[in-house]
Amino acid sequence: MSVITRAIRTVFLLELLRGMSMTFRYLFRKRQTINYPFEKGPLSPRFRGEHALRRYPNGEERCIACKLCEAVCPAQAIVIESEPREDGSRRTTRYDIDMTKCIYCGLCEEACPVDAIVEGPNFEFATETREELYYNKDKLLANGDRWEAEIAANLKADAKYR
Amino acid sequence: MADLWANYIVPGLWILLQVLVVVVPLLIAVAYFTWFERKVMAAMHLRMGPNVVGPWGLLQPFADAVKMFVKETILPTSANKIVFLIAPVLTFVLALVAWAVIPFGEGLVVSDINVGILYLFAISSLGVYGIIMAGWASNSRYAFLGALRSAAQMVSYEVSIGFVMITVLMVVGSLNLSDIVMAQQKVWFVIPLLPMAVVFFISALAETNRVPFDLPEAESELVAGYQVEYSAMTFGLLFMGENANLILMSGLTVILFLGGWLPPLDIAPFTWIPGPIWFLSKIVVMLFVFIWIRATFPRYRYDQLMRLGWKVFLPLSMFWVVLTGGVLIAFDLVP
Amino acid sequence: MIIQTIAFYVFAAFVVGSAFMVISARNPVHSVLFLILAFFNSAGLFVLLGAEFLAMILVIVYVGAVAVLFLFVVMMLDINFVRLREGFLQYLPIGASVGLLLLVEMILVVGVLATSPDTVAVAAAPTPDITVVSNTEALGALLYTKYVYLFQSAGLILLVAMIGAIVLAHRVRPGVRKQSISAQVSRTRAEGVELKKVKTGDGI
Repeated sequence: MSVITRAIRTVFLLELLRGMSMTFRYLFRKRQTINYPFEKGPLSPRFRGEHALRRYPNGEERCIACKLCEAVCPAQAIVIESEPREDGSRRTTRYDIDMTKCIYCGLCEEACPVDAIVEGPNFEFATETREELYYNKDKLLANGDRWEAEIAANLKADAKYR
Repeated sequence: MADLWANYIVPGLWILLQVLVVVVPLLIAVAYFTWFERKVMAAMHLRMGPNVVGPWGLLQPFADAVKMFVKETILPTSANKIVFLIAPVLTFVLALVAWAVIPFGEGLVVSDINVGILYLFAISSLGVYGIIMAGWASNSRYAFLGALRSAAQMVSYEVSIGFVMITVLMVVGSLNLSDIVMAQQKVWFVIPLLPMAVVFFISALAETNRVPFDLPEAESELVAGYQVEYSAMTFGLLFMGENANLILMSGLTVILFLGGWLPPLDIAPFTWIPGPIWFLSKIVVMLFVFIWIRATFPRYRYDQLMRLGWKVFLPLSMFWVVLTGGVLIAFDLVP
Repeated sequence: MIIQTIAFYVFAAFVVGSAFMVISARNPVHSVLFLILAFFNSAGLFVLLGAEFLAMILVIVYVGAVAVLFLFVVMMLDINFVRLREGFLQYLPIGASVGLLLLVEMILVVGVLATSPDTVAVAAAPTPDITVVSNTEALGALLYTKYVYLFQSAGLILLVAMIGAIVLAHRVRPGVRKQSISAQVSRTRAEGVELKKVKTGDGI
């Protein structure tokens, strides 16, 4: 590059103008962001969101209080207590997840022999108080009822890779 | 009694009306400038920008204003309270009073004083006090550093702005802003004085603390510079003052170099549009360029900023003063 | 004319009041801020006199540049003002005599004006009437014709003072590495990058 072209580039601020033409072209490009609360991006079937306890189609809860999830939980967010029910089956009397401790690793889901505890596709469960994030069994079962369709579809989609 | 009414009260009310006619649209323009800036920046970043409050986010400025009014004004305990409170008011008032001499069209000016440009220069050189006082009174390191940077920067770039103004004044032969615009009827000064227009524009960026010269409020190092300790409406006043100054600087660029309210060509389709609309649309274009630059360039380093001001712009503008004077004398063009 | 009279007294009162606060304020930064207020109000007085050019120049030069530097220095310096005030009174005789001298001079000026009013006309003669020529033009015509040598020599003195200040304050420090922007910008890829074939295991 000769001295003259270099001088011209400096004096007429050509490099700056080139940068500006770049941003000007971007002004008319398609927007890359999605309009979040109104539009949402796609989620993988393996997405690990809010926890839910599932039921069998006949309404019986799946969890058999084996406590594998409690044992495997690296953040020790799960607390389970169990007693035999009147009909003699092993059932939990208490199933708490402290969502403030949970690290959403998905190990509880992996450990569960009956696909009872799962992490559903919901990630919008922010609350105003910490207390609301200490989930108990009722809350988890309610989540399961609410998200059953999506959870079942996700499990089915992912089943062949397991 | 009738004398008092005719001599003082009616003119007083008339002046008040004129002031309101300028200031109220100006404040709305300042509010919408923030919206414009956010939208254009977002578009250049391939984002959406504000779009929730009202259609296309058009009510966002009002939402922001309500927030400013409702929030609590915090006075830091170690601050110098009086100076701390005067500073934003001063910044805001100075940004508004400068508009008194801006001609929006032929004869459409609140006060057509014959040292208009000196008045603007004086007001803009006072602007630095709002910032220094804000920074000093906050009694905070970030604020103080921001204020020092800002003061040094504004004083440095005022010198070259002054020389650019002198160049224009020599060509026009008057300090009156309307005369300056009328002198551009044949050709806008941006064409014969292009280097000066560029110097003026870049100095205006530095003078208003805009990117790429926004060192006083550099978010990444000084948090917000001299505004750190301000909250709610005190911050609002500083912010509005700054934006009003920005619009003022665009207006000044338009008056000095882009022919003010004059249409680009003095022929039929252009002359149908009235002068004030030309003036305002030119200001909007200048504001767009300000935002465009903000979306494009990274921040200058401080020593480079000083080097540019003192070692490049000052000699260049002084040289152009001499050159312009020489050309005017040689070709007998002195007005 | 009532409004102008009121304005004059307001401006004058502010000038005197803030000038008093300059010397009586405890905080030096407040002193400088009051000084600025005084400058500003004297600019207002100039405007009332019809000397708007001088008013604007006063604001631009004194308020916009000189006082900013004052404020800079005062804010940065960490002076113990209590210690500075010790022995304040020992300067009283000098201060009082300077004040007295100024008072006498003022009395003389006012006295001359009172006894022979024609001197005003003589002093104002070089400038044409305000209605004929704007005061910017009048000042320019006067400064660049009648007083051009005085004007130029004043400029020369200021220039010498400025260069002198730079010479006094400038010190050459050895071993300082400075950035050369033109050298940086004019560097090309060919100068900066060298491609070498390196055999495996040999290093460079």
